[in-house]
Amino acid sequence: MTSIGDRPATPLNDEASARMTRLAEEPLVPAGSVRGFFRGTLHSLRDLAAYRELLSLLVRRELKARYKDSALGFLWSLIRPLAILLVYYIAIGKFLGAERSIPDFAIYIFTGLTVWQFFTEVVAGGTGCIVGNAGLIKKVYLPREVFPLSVVGSAMFTFATQFVILLLALVAAGAVPTSSRLLYAPLALSVLIVYATALALVLAAVNVYLRDVQYLVEIGLTVMFWSTPVVYSWELVSRVVDHPTLQQLYLANPITAAVLGMQRAFWVAGADQPFPDGMAARLGVMLAVGLVLLWLAQRLFARLEANFAQEL
Amino acid sequence: MTTTPTVVRLRDVSQRFVIRKDKSLKERLVNAARSRKHREDFWALRDVDLDIHAGTTVGLIGPNGSGKSTLLKTIGGILQPTSGTVERRGRLAALLELGAGFHPDLTGRENVYLNASILGLSRATTDRYFDEIVDFSGIEKFIDTQVKFYSSGMYVRLAFAVAVHVDPDVLLVDEVLAVGDEPFQRKCLDKIRSFQKDGRTIVLVTHALDQVVDMCDRAVVLESGRVVVDGEPTVATRTLRDDFETARRAEADSSPSASTAPGARVLAVRALDEDGQEFRELSAGQSIRVQVDVESPAPLDDWVLGIGIDTPSGMSVFGTNTQLLGQRMPVLRGRQQFEIRLDNVCLGPGRYELHGALAIWSGPELHRLPQAANFSVSNGGVSVGLLGSTPTLVR
Repeated sequence: MTSIGDRPATPLNDEASARMTRLAEEPLVPAGSVRGFFRGTLHSLRDLAAYRELLSLLVRRELKARYKDSALGFLWSLIRPLAILLVYYIAIGKFLGAERSIPDFAIYIFTGLTVWQFFTEVVAGGTGCIVGNAGLIKKVYLPREVFPLSVVGSAMFTFATQFVILLLALVAAGAVPTSSRLLYAPLALSVLIVYATALALVLAAVNVYLRDVQYLVEIGLTVMFWSTPVVYSWELVSRVVDHPTLQQLYLANPITAAVLGMQRAFWVAGADQPFPDGMAARLGVMLAVGLVLLWLAQRLFARLEANFAQEL
Repeated sequence: MTTTPTVVRLRDVSQRFVIRKDKSLKERLVNAARSRKHREDFWALRDVDLDIHAGTTVGLIGPNGSGKSTLLKTIGGILQPTSGTVERRGRLAALLELGAGFHPDLTGRENVYLNASILGLSRATTDRYFDEIVDFSGIEKFIDTQVKFYSSGMYVRLAFAVAVHVDPDVLLVDEVLAVGDEPFQRKCLDKIRSFQKDGRTIVLVTHALDQVVDMCDRAVVLESGRVVVDGEPTVATRTLRDDFETARRAEADSSPSASTAPGARVLAVRALDEDGQEFRELSAGQSIRVQVDVESPAPLDDWVLGIGIDTPSGMSVFGTNTQLLGQRMPVLRGRQQFEIRLDNVCLGPGRYELHGALAIWSGPELHRLPQAANFSVSNGGVSVGLLGSTPTLVR
């Protein structure tokens, strides 16, 4: 051990002097996230772009860790919706007789269910993701949006696998959708993803400050499930709710619109069933509004994230 | 010294923590009216100004709860300051907790990629460094095992290995150097030294003051969120040790043992040579007669006299007392003088300080007089270190 005075002054080696030159040229930038509306958005986007590799790793981590050490592993993410499908098919389709007014009831339910599963996974998973990753957030600087986004990513993966099953079922049933109706699918999916992501961002951030949110979300999701036409049809709704304003209110729910849009695209047997007018335009407007909301959600998230580390 | 670019600049940085005692919605609604009462402000940092230049190693030291880790997190961007600005340039890696990004269910290999990515390394670069990282960690055999089966040592080894291979301009380290077994610790310290040679900037929080003196060019002492000292590590560590001593003494004064011997203290310590002359320069192998003046207003029984030699940074080099010598001291009344003779003192070159202390036999220390006398040792610059010896090249 030498005392300080004895240490010979280290001459800068080549690497060191190159580093100094490079550093001197770099501008000083504020640490962490940037406040401010427009400047902050740019900064956040640039940050996220820099961490996109991490995002894909986090998605993979999420998928790998979910069914770790289980013998069936990933199959569980398929077994679950199929079991739910079976339950609804028997209980609601057969016993309650919904099957009679909805042709190809199994395909009808499964189309709605895949959409709904995605939404629940993103919203429920997103709400808890910041609190769940507290260890990381308190110790390392990352753009914190990667956590809700990784939930969206892994939900997309689950959705994709269920979607493949849906396609197989369509082929097996001999009801392959064709032509322009398929255009509803990308539109409905965009609406779904945009709103789910925006909600996840807001809820994830708010949940840090108010842990009650996660319980509220559970209840909210149950209510919302029954208020979207997944297990019953739009026809049944329009028959009971005949006031146009109330109908518009029912259709104002973007998830309802997304479910209806997907059903329009893939539920071939229901082509002649009643369908709200102007659905494509409605979805288009919703997408535009949703993008603005997503942006606002990100700004709220950025505002709230400043204190994540100390609130966790 | 030529000035290198500033890599971290803090201006008037304050960090307030709000301590809320209610977290749930119900509690908040119930307490809404009295919510002021249910929040408490705590300033973890107060008006901190700091400029850190590239290529320097800065130690942040201070007592527990003084804001060291908060400052480090603020520099790292993990915490946003309540007021003030934090600016920096260059790539930064924070080693605040080893393996913060490890997922227990993933294998070592997967975690290396994940953790490297969290620290900002691209996949391609990680591929290139992967073998080196595994090599450095020394756990090749277990790299494809889930990390939850790792021992804590293996965990830490892998985490540190990843962290040092991220090519940072600024490295923030929070008390993580004291991990792993000794060979690994040595490896870590060597790595840090090579970082210094590469002109990287290191900011480290530690309680090992000797390490600060040994490794840092500059030390910042924080107390209650304010910068108290900012400068030479030797000066900073000494200030901190003096403060600790003051705090310890204040605590000792209020403890019951103090009442058994109020006012017992060491008055002076003198270093004398063979002839009884005070000296400033010591040559190798010489003897020192340490003369200590002690005083106790009330008769003091069963007491112990201690002396010691320290480096200016406060590291203990030598210490002895009458208890170690197996000597019972006579009852101390009023002011008395004692002498302890140290033969064959062989110290390395540098400055040293003497302290005197008074304690109760198998009891607490009553009083300590630090830096009571000092002397220096020189040997013509043929060696460094604490041990004195005359080296010769034989062949």
